[in-house]
Amino acid sequence: MSNAISTVASKTTATSDGAITEYVTAMIGGQLFGLPIARVQDVFMPDRLTMVPLAPPDVAGVLNLRGRIVTAIDMRTRLGLPKADDDKPPMAMGVEMRGESYGLLIDQIGEVLKLPDDSRETNPVNLDPRMATMASGVHRLNGQLMVVLDVDKVLELPSTAQAA
Amino acid sequence: MDDLLREFLTETNESLDTVDNQLVRFEQDPNNAKILDNIFRLVHTIKGTCGFLGLPRLEALAHAAETLMGKFRDGMPVTGEAVTLILSTIDRLKEILGQLEATEAEPPGVDDDLIGQLELLSEGGGAAAEVAAAVPDVAEAPDVAPEMMDEMPAEIVAEAAPVAEAAAPSTEGTLVPQVLERALRPGEVSLDELERAFRETEMEVAAPALAPDSAPVRLEIVKDEAAKPAKKDKAEGKAAAKPKKAASDNEPAAEGDKIANQSIRVNVDTLEHLMTMVSELVLTRNQLLEISRRHEDNEFKVPLQRLSTVTAELQDGVMKTRMQPIGNAWQKLPRIVRDLAAELGKHIELEMHGADTELDRQVLDLIKDPLTHMVRNSADHGLETTADRVRAGKPEQGTIRLSAYHEGGHIVICIADNGRGLDTERIKAKAVANGLVTEADVERMSENQIHKFIFAPGFSTAAAVTSVSGRGVGMDVVRTNIDQIGGTIDIKSVAGEGTSITIKIPLTLAIVSALIVEAAGNRFAIPQLAVVELVRAHANSEHRIERIKDTPVLRLRNKLLPLMHLRSLLKIDGGTEAEPENGFIVVTQVGNQTFGIVVDGVFHTEEIVVKPMSTKLRHINMFSGNTILGDGAVIMIVDPNGIAQALGTSVSSQHDIADEAAAARASGTEQRTSLLVFRAGSAQPKAVPLSLVTRLEEIDADKIELSNGRHMVQYRDQLMPLVTMEGVSVSSSGTQPILVFADEERAMGLVVDEIVDIVEEHLHIEVGSSREGILGSAVIKGAATEVIDVGHFLPMAFADWFKRKEMKAALGAQSVLLVDDSAFFRNMLGPVLKAAGYKVRLASTAQEGLGLLRAGQEFDAILTDIEMPDMNGFEFAETIRADQKLAATPIIGLSSLVNPAAIERGRQAGFHDYVAKFDRPGLIAALKEQTSHHMHEAA
Repeated sequence: MSNAISTVASKTTATSDGAITEYVTAMIGGQLFGLPIARVQDVFMPDRLTMVPLAPPDVAGVLNLRGRIVTAIDMRTRLGLPKADDDKPPMAMGVEMRGESYGLLIDQIGEVLKLPDDSRETNPVNLDPRMATMASGVHRLNGQLMVVLDVDKVLELPSTAQAA
Repeated sequence: MDDLLREFLTETNESLDTVDNQLVRFEQDPNNAKILDNIFRLVHTIKGTCGFLGLPRLEALAHAAETLMGKFRDGMPVTGEAVTLILSTIDRLKEILGQLEATEAEPPGVDDDLIGQLELLSEGGGAAAEVAAAVPDVAEAPDVAPEMMDEMPAEIVAEAAPVAEAAAPSTEGTLVPQVLERALRPGEVSLDELERAFRETEMEVAAPALAPDSAPVRLEIVKDEAAKPAKKDKAEGKAAAKPKKAASDNEPAAEGDKIANQSIRVNVDTLEHLMTMVSELVLTRNQLLEISRRHEDNEFKVPLQRLSTVTAELQDGVMKTRMQPIGNAWQKLPRIVRDLAAELGKHIELEMHGADTELDRQVLDLIKDPLTHMVRNSADHGLETTADRVRAGKPEQGTIRLSAYHEGGHIVICIADNGRGLDTERIKAKAVANGLVTEADVERMSENQIHKFIFAPGFSTAAAVTSVSGRGVGMDVVRTNIDQIGGTIDIKSVAGEGTSITIKIPLTLAIVSALIVEAAGNRFAIPQLAVVELVRAHANSEHRIERIKDTPVLRLRNKLLPLMHLRSLLKIDGGTEAEPENGFIVVTQVGNQTFGIVVDGVFHTEEIVVKPMSTKLRHINMFSGNTILGDGAVIMIVDPNGIAQALGTSVSSQHDIADEAAAARASGTEQRTSLLVFRAGSAQPKAVPLSLVTRLEEIDADKIELSNGRHMVQYRDQLMPLVTMEGVSVSSSGTQPILVFADEERAMGLVVDEIVDIVEEHLHIEVGSSREGILGSAVIKGAATEVIDVGHFLPMAFADWFKRKEMKAALGAQSVLLVDDSAFFRNMLGPVLKAAGYKVRLASTAQEGLGLLRAGQEFDAILTDIEMPDMNGFEFAETIRADQKLAATPIIGLSSLVNPAAIERGRQAGFHDYVAKFDRPGLIAALKEQTSHHMHEAA
């Protein structure tokens, strides 16, 4: 991760005049993802998650975050990644859409990266179709790739009819 | 928008609604000067304010209407035509106000048509010249007023207010405006004079400078002028309060005016916000309490207790601010009914009871339209035309009765009419046509079940019940609205007698009381509203979960209750098939459906704050929302409606069970009967109501003598014949148990094998019998038991048991109609009455009884059971009382429940007497008394 940071630092200076987006990065199922920082309200340890019976599989449950009821989305399931096999408690990124609060469950939170928009590349054509619907591009970092997630797409759960 | 204008619009709209209402009442009661005064004042205030704000169109209209009403007050007869005219004037006013609200300017146009008619009518009653002359003068007021408003010194208002308040108590609230104008017309006290003053001062105020010297209150001219707007402002601020205060002072029988005179207007948003904050506070309080519960004896305990109390009080208080009398939702109804009545050519009376019952404004908003719709329906489709009513032997005037009252945490609203009732056949046909039910099924359904189809989607009552076209929404929309707020709706209809719809809704939506339960390790909240009772099921207990094939059921008070395991319903049982046999059953009622939700555990009840489900989860219809518990955990609120749907049609066939369970609950212990269980002849137990048995005896076998081929025993210095039931032999040694039935001087003994027990049970004969001496079978203490017909055995002892008295009374044999839904009681009481010398006609339902009565059969007395399906004894009595031809017939109520409240209720319904079901001597005495009265009166 420290590698990535140094890369960012150099890149930022290099393109000081281009548009720059800050990303909060997260590891989900061994892959690095980035969410635009403007969309991330907070990062928290989900505590006392309540399972919601009959809910779509993507919904991990609901929880109480400072008096608000937050719907937790299991990002591994959402992205079609295998379930976590370790017992490490997940973390969550709080995002909001249309006045409702959601928590995206991730394996681990990473650094905040400043990346120039012009270095973002479009999704590779052979990207997993499920992931492709939620990804709005890829950044090549030093040694790894970061998939940029579109929060609105992520929260666009498959239609309820399917889920039910 | 200008604050003043907005205030004016709100106030005026409110006033107009009141006027609407009051006018309709006034039309019915033209001699009630108080109503007229009230209307007059309201219209006058409107007129005055319009003039002040410079709204000539509104003012002219209000003025013309006021003039006409002035004539009424002077004694001009009140005609329907005139009232209609005033009502349409009010409609016009509302229309203009609507545009005024939209554009902030009075729309152009002339109202000469209405004004002309109004004036024409007014002139019929006398010269209106002087008042009319006032108009131009008043018009001047606006010129002075607007700029005054801005500059109006606050102290003037402040000054004016205490004066008004001080004066008000001593000379009835009406004086309020008067005080402010005292400068001009001092010393007027009487109400009538005040009113006149009210009218006349208007022009004088417009020119205050002319009369300052006559002012006993030392106000400078500027102040005086300012006082006028002050008065106006006050008049607006208290517009509703002022006349109403007078009304309540003058009329103890409150005129439906609900606005307290000490009130301020608060924006609804402010209240909503307050409510949200209080909800949060309640949650936090719950959390703190939870923490404190875990840490015994800490120093927070006491302050926390205090916090808890204060929070509860605050919650109460805020809730109260949201409470509004249901009368607000009813306000428009009298007018609607009046118009409909005129349109349809029916005589309709709208009765409203409990208008001051309060409920949450959010709930109120949601039920307003359904209520209006249902009242409209009643007026339109429910009530027959006058001609039809007369033909059916009903009073010309149809009645729609609206009532509301609190019951537990709910409010119950009932809309009843005495019209033709629902057309069961047409609903049946329509239900089959719509594919809601198969023809075979519908034949097996009870009327009540069939009537419920009108709530099915797309089932317009208009199409189903009459050919008159509907008015947009159908009953399904009504039901949806009611469902939305967690309410239930029920309909009862009797052909020819009317329809009543009962709605039960929670008082508030934001905070509800819920039962916290557990299923498969998860906690859930079930709203208390739906919970009827809790039953603990245990494999070895009386209540155990049984299965019909794979369907779990519970035998509860001998009825089968369909069960749903919450864990399998929610698919949280981890795929295991086995459902636990032990657990708690939450008996839940949704509409007429009763079912049991099986849960693993029940914790406690908690006041929960309902939070809406996330949009991602809203499609799960098992849940109506979620909430945060005291310990901070989020739990789902189970939606009983959703579960009822999941039960689906499997439950609808169980409707009857639900109905009966409900009836049983409603009547409590009333239907329990003491039964003597014994064995005679066969192993199967037999039973007889204990109250019919005079004594139980064990007689030494050697005392039994055989005489003339019959067994006899000397009993209390008399020879008592013994009757044996089929298969029973009289023992020849030891003792012989017998049941003694005695009536006056005679007694007979029924020989039995063994007396088993005396039990309290709901006696419900399920299977009739063709065997002589057996009425039928009933489930008693879990065993099928034959209930014997005592009437069959009595003549076996004395062939003339029934006849002898009939002979005695044969000359004036009086006829009695006995109405009871239970075959058992009919068969039991029939012989008793016959024995007492009456001719008895039996009817199994109130309708059947009414049919007999209407068919011209004459009875000297009517005996009726109270608890009957469809139409109960009280309603039956009320119907009879309402019928002129039948009204004189004495009615005696029969019930096992005789308490002062029931007696009072019976007396109101029109019962002449009220007797306990098994009190034979009492019944006969009452009957004798009533029929002799009747005879006497008839003679």
